[in-house]
Amino acid sequence: MEITVTVNGAEHSADVEPRTLLVDFIRTDLALTGTHIGCDTTACGVCTVLLDGTPVKSCTVFAVQANGKSITTVEGLKQNGELHPIQAAFKEEHGLQCGFCTPAMMLVGSKLIEDNPSPTDDEVRWAISGNLCRCTGYINIVKSIQRAGELTKAGS
Amino acid sequence: MASLEVRMYPRAFDYVAPETKEEVLDVLAERGSEVKILAGGQSLVPMMKLRLASPATLVDINNVPGLDGISIGNGHLTVQALVRHNDIVDSELVKTESAAMASAAPWISDPIVRNRGTLAGSVAHHDPEGDWASVMLAAGAEVVAESRDGGERVIPITDFLTDMFSTSLEPTELVTEVRVPRYESRTTHEHAPPRGGGNYQKLERKIGDYATVGVATHLELGDDGGISKAGIALTSVHPYNLKVTEAEHLLIGSHPSEELFAEAAEIAKNACSPASDVRGSAEYKKDVVRVFTERGLAASLAGASA
Repeated sequence: MEITVTVNGAEHSADVEPRTLLVDFIRTDLALTGTHIGCDTTACGVCTVLLDGTPVKSCTVFAVQANGKSITTVEGLKQNGELHPIQAAFKEEHGLQCGFCTPAMMLVGSKLIEDNPSPTDDEVRWAISGNLCRCTGYINIVKSIQRAGELTKAGS
Repeated sequence: MASLEVRMYPRAFDYVAPETKEEVLDVLAERGSEVKILAGGQSLVPMMKLRLASPATLVDINNVPGLDGISIGNGHLTVQALVRHNDIVDSELVKTESAAMASAAPWISDPIVRNRGTLAGSVAHHDPEGDWASVMLAAGAEVVAESRDGGERVIPITDFLTDMFSTSLEPTELVTEVRVPRYESRTTHEHAPPRGGGNYQKLERKIGDYATVGVATHLELGDDGGISKAGIALTSVHPYNLKVTEAEHLLIGSHPSEELFAEAAEIAKNACSPASDVRGSAEYKKDVVRVFTERGLAASLAGASA
């Protein structure tokens, strides 16, 4: 089936089998490997991307469902060569260890601070409760997302 | 796609994404039992990947307009087929109209799954470990289904849920709505206080896991302060979502008290037959049912008396 998807602002057309999972379309067809595959069972959240601005687990959405829609992956966070505040904050606050969950954590975090730039610890933990960090490095992830909120407020 | 050989992948299927409800009903009328409806897909897609489900045709209803509303009318709070769990979490109308639903919504799976998954899909899927079916049983819900040749059919939830992963939905029917009755006190006075309440208690090992135990409750009080309506249903402690009719009958017509709730909770505990597994022993789960039923009834009463 012929689909057209806008990924990180650029339009891509491709002929995909209906059973192609969105995560494979992103990683294999578009070669954007920042979106990871973890559990493949809708549990770990490392494959999270933004579909029309909303976080979804891309291992549990078919690529054909994204036809005509807009996707943001971790590669789309950087704007005009500048790190997105969430990326700057993860760097500043050491928000990653092995890095496997990081793209998803940053996307979920960016969505949270867009809605609520000053989240409490509990609000951040609630927002990322669908994302696992196998290094268990949650404390710095929470700090990073809160720091990103501060950077966003300072920059706007 | 080389990765197909080592990854979990569904069997090939025919994908249709109609833009009107009529087209959906046409495909169902023509292809019937070979069709699965794709709404949120948060249970269906994993099942297809595990090849527990291999529909020949997948009908994606996400492009059909007019199926994503939450509304009140004709004595019901109505949730249409494409309403996501997080839409229910955010809905002021649900907070005002159904305490049981408002209480359950934030505990469905995890925040990202809640962005996609739907209440109607969850009920139609009827996983016995699903939370919504219990809430709907306690609240006395109805499922509205439509087919091209049969028109609209309103199915009481107790008739709709037949056995685990099974419902009385015909292969040609689409679930268009799930609806719960409004509080009786509002049937005569639109803005009357609810004089009813509801609750969902859920124990889970971690967010996103199935419930170890879930208990849904719903209570309404009559003019004399006695219980006029009562609903209790249990998740994950029986081969199917279990409505505890005997305990409901005990409550209806009585005046609420701690002793009465303790007695109802004891009935719920003895009515279920959980399995011992990694989430806990059967004995433990039964005791959690008792404690949750007491707590749930007390919380429901607090809403009803507010």
